Amino acid sequence: MSQPVLHIENLQTHFFTDRGQIPAVDGVSIKVHKGEVVGIVGESGCGKSVTSLSIMKLVPNPPGKIVGGTIRFKGEDLVTASEKRMREIRGNEIAMIFQEPMTSLNPVFTIGDQIGEAVRIHTKASKKESRQRAIEMLKKVGIPRAEAIVDEYPHQLSGGMRQRVMIAMAMACNPELLIADEPTTALDVTIQAQILDLMRQLNRDADTAVLLITHDLGVVAQMCHRVVVMYAGKVIEEGDVRTILKEPKHPYTIGLLNSLPKLEESQERLYSIPGNVPIPGSLTTGCRFAPRCEQAVDRCRQEMPELVAVGENHRSRCWLSV
Amino acid sequence: MAEVNVQSVPLKQTDEQIISPWREAWRTLRKNKLALVGMGIIVFFVLVAILAPLLAPYPYDVGDLKMKNQPPSEEHWFGTDYNGRDVLSRVIYGARISLWVGTFAVIGSVVVGTILGLLSGYYGRWVDTLISRIFDIMLAFPSILLAIAIVAILGPSLQNALLAIAVINIPTFGRLVRSRVLSLKEEEFVMAARAIGMKDSRILLQHILPNSMAPIIVTGTLGIATAIIEAAALGFLGLGAQAPEPEWGKMLSDSRQYIQKAPWTVIFPGLSIMLTVLGFNLIGDGLRDALDPRMKN
Repeated sequence: MSQPVLHIENLQTHFFTDRGQIPAVDGVSIKVHKGEVVGIVGESGCGKSVTSLSIMKLVPNPPGKIVGGTIRFKGEDLVTASEKRMREIRGNEIAMIFQEPMTSLNPVFTIGDQIGEAVRIHTKASKKESRQRAIEMLKKVGIPRAEAIVDEYPHQLSGGMRQRVMIAMAMACNPELLIADEPTTALDVTIQAQILDLMRQLNRDADTAVLLITHDLGVVAQMCHRVVVMYAGKVIEEGDVRTILKEPKHPYTIGLLNSLPKLEESQERLYSIPGNVPIPGSLTTGCRFAPRCEQAVDRCRQEMPELVAVGENHRSRCWLSV
Repeated sequence: MAEVNVQSVPLKQTDEQIISPWREAWRTLRKNKLALVGMGIIVFFVLVAILAPLLAPYPYDVGDLKMKNQPPSEEHWFGTDYNGRDVLSRVIYGARISLWVGTFAVIGSVVVGTILGLLSGYYGRWVDTLISRIFDIMLAFPSILLAIAIVAILGPSLQNALLAIAVINIPTFGRLVRSRVLSLKEEEFVMAARAIGMKDSRILLQHILPNSMAPIIVTGTLGIATAIIEAAALGFLGLGAQAPEPEWGKMLSDSRQYIQKAPWTVIFPGLSIMLTVLGFNLIGDGLRDALDPRMKN
C-alpha cells in the first residue's frame, strides 16, 4: 500500500498537573490513508480529542505535552516540526472541525471574513478573491443564498448552518486531512445526517482523508472505512468497520455495541458497561479495562495485553481474543 | 407548495438589512431615553467647548476689580468672581479643559492598559505575573493619593495632572482586558483560528481585541466621568490647572472663601462638573445595556 497521509506511531501526550503526570494518550498508533475515513471511538475521557489536538499540536501547553512517539504527515514528523511550519500546515494541509458550531465562529465578524481569512493566511489571495472563494465554498457545502449569507454574522445562522460554515472554512484550502472532532454531537439528528452526507461527499470528491472522532457508533457505521477503538489513552481494538461492528473481539467494543438501542427487539433497559473510565493517572498494572470487564480473568489484572492481530486487518488488545 | 416557499424566503430576506452587532447596539441605545439625555448633555458641553471663543462674552483671564463678586445680572449671567472675572466665560472655557483632560486621560489609560492586559492575559506565565503584580501595587494606593504623588514629583500643571490621571487608571483597563482575554482565550473560535494556522499576534488583534471592545468602551465612558472628577480634585488641591486657567475644580477652590458672600462663584462650576459627569455616566450605563448581550431582548 502507498504511504499513509497520516501515520501516528506510539504517540504519548501527557498532562503535567499538581497530581502528577497524567498519560492522556499513551502509546497510540493510527494510520490514515488517502481518501480514507478513519473513526476514533471511545467514551469521554479516553483520549480521542487529545489525540486529534496532538496531531495539530494544539494541546494546551502547559499542562499538556507530547512526550514521545512520532506523527508523520506525508512522511514529515510533526512532533519535531517548528511552530512556524505547523502554522503553514494548519488549515492548509490539515484542517479541523470542532464540536460546537455555536461558539467556533467569532461573533463580531461576517461569515465571509472568516472563511476568507483561512484562504488569505495560506495563499496570496486578495480580499476580493478570498470573498469569491468563500462564496464558492458556501455553495459547495450546500448553503442557500451563499451571496447573501457571506455578509451575515454567525448569530444569524442556525447550528447546522454554522457547522456547514465551519466545514467550508476547513475545506477552503483543500486540505489533505480533515480532523473532525465530534462534528455532529451538538446538532439535531436530521441535521446530523445532512452534515455527515456532506462530509462523505467532500471525502469522495476531493479524496480528502478524514479522521472522525466520535462516540456515536451509528455515525461510525455510516461514515468510516476503518475504526480505532480507544480506552483510557490506549488503542484497544482496530479494524475494518464491518469487522468491528459484526465481529468485535474486545469486551469493551462488545459492550459499546450492546449499549446501542436496537430497533428489532424490545428492550426493558439499555445495556450499559458497569463502572466508569478510570481517572487518567490512576492506572495500575494489567489490562485497563479489567476492573469493568465481565470476563476478566486473573491474568487480565496482572499483565497488560498487547495489540495483536486477530484476523485480517483486525487487531485487538485482549487476552481472551488471542 | 414547496416552490412557493423557496421563492418567498429570499424576498423576505432582501428587505431586511444585515445587522452588524455594532449597529444593533446603536439601535438599542437610541431607544434608551436616559442615554439620549446623557448624549444631549455631552453634545451640549462639547459644542460649548468648541465654540468657547464665540460664546464667551468676556475674556476668561482678565477681570474688572471694581466689579468683583457681583451677583448674576444682565451683563454677567453667572455673576463675577473675586477678581471681577465673568464666571460664565470661565465656566465656558472650563468645559474645554475638563473634556480635554477627561478624554485624553482615558485614551491614554485605555491604550496602555489594553496593551498590557492583552500581553498578560494571552502570554500568561512571567509576563502575566510581572504586569499583574505592578497593577496590584498601583491599586494598593488610594488612586487620588497616587495621583498627588505623581504630580508632586513632576510638578503641578494641567499636563502633569492629565498624565497622573492616565497612569492611575491604567490598572482598571489592564485588568478588565486581561480578564476578557483569559475567558476569550478558551473560546472555541480562538482554537478554530489557531487551527486554520493564524499567528498569535493576529489572533490577539483580530479575534480577542474586537471581542473585548464592548466592555472597554463602557468602562472608558464611565472612566471619563471619573477622570473629570479627579482632574477637578487635583485642581481643587492646587495640583492641576494653574491660575488663571479656568479649570472647574480650581475655580471651586479659589472661590470657596467667598462661598457665603458670592455663592454663584462655586455653584456654576460645581454644577458644570456635576452635569458633565452625569452625562458621561448616563451614556456609559446606556452603552452597557446596549452592548451586553444578556440584556438584549
